[in-house]
Amino acid sequence: MILEIPVESYNFSAAGEAASRVKKTLQRLGIDSQLIRRVAIATYEAEMNIVIHSDGGKIILQVDEEEIKVQAIDQGKGIADLELAMKEGYSTAPDEVREMGFGAGMGLPNMKKCADRLEIKSVVNEGTTVVMGFKNQS
Amino acid sequence: MTLKELIDCIDGVVVNGHERLAEKFNGVYISDLLSDVMGHAQEGNVWLTIQTHNNVVAVALLLNLAAVVFTAGNTPDASTIEKGREEGVVLLSTKLSTFEAAGRIYQKLQ
Repeated sequence: MILEIPVESYNFSAAGEAASRVKKTLQRLGIDSQLIRRVAIATYEAEMNIVIHSDGGKIILQVDEEEIKVQAIDQGKGIADLELAMKEGYSTAPDEVREMGFGAGMGLPNMKKCADRLEIKSVVNEGTTVVMGFKNQS
Repeated sequence: MTLKELIDCIDGVVVNGHERLAEKFNGVYISDLLSDVMGHAQEGNVWLTIQTHNNVVAVALLLNLAAVVFTAGNTPDASTIEKGREEGVVLLSTKLSTFEAAGRIYQKLQ
């Protein structure tokens, strides 16, 4: 199955809804709750990155027998230095976003921790594609 | 410890979730950084924070937290309360500082 959810730039009131829909979909499919937790956390972080750092994008959930795949695709400024972006505590989030408790520089590290595989492709001034794979245990 | 006992312990006020106060929680996580909470809070935890915007509900929901406690007299935004109701997330508030609330709960849990 494939589920595609649009994510708006800077819409903080709707932020988290994509991750929530992914979680509910996986619950309906009867996926193990610990696995859902990892997918939900990683998807939330990916969604927040689209909200905070891009001009908008989408989350795509694909589930098959072997893997749960979450793609976060956005258009926008992209990531200039991926190695630096992966470093815990490093953030380019603006101050007003940090005041809300976002932009702690833990998003990508959290995603890496939760996912069984993580691929990031980014082109500056075009956008970023994040692919996260989780082994489906069911 | 149940959520009802928690409320008594920290002089808390129920913002949302009256029907769920008999439920138990299994620990506490304290942070105002959402990604820190996402990365470290465990299912069934109570989360103490001064963040009041509605993304707090999204985090609590995704992690299956037992409740969110807004400390130091902070009250959640209207949109946070509304979203909490929609999603059935228990929201509590207390006038106590995060430090004092945590201290009281810690003592009670010993």
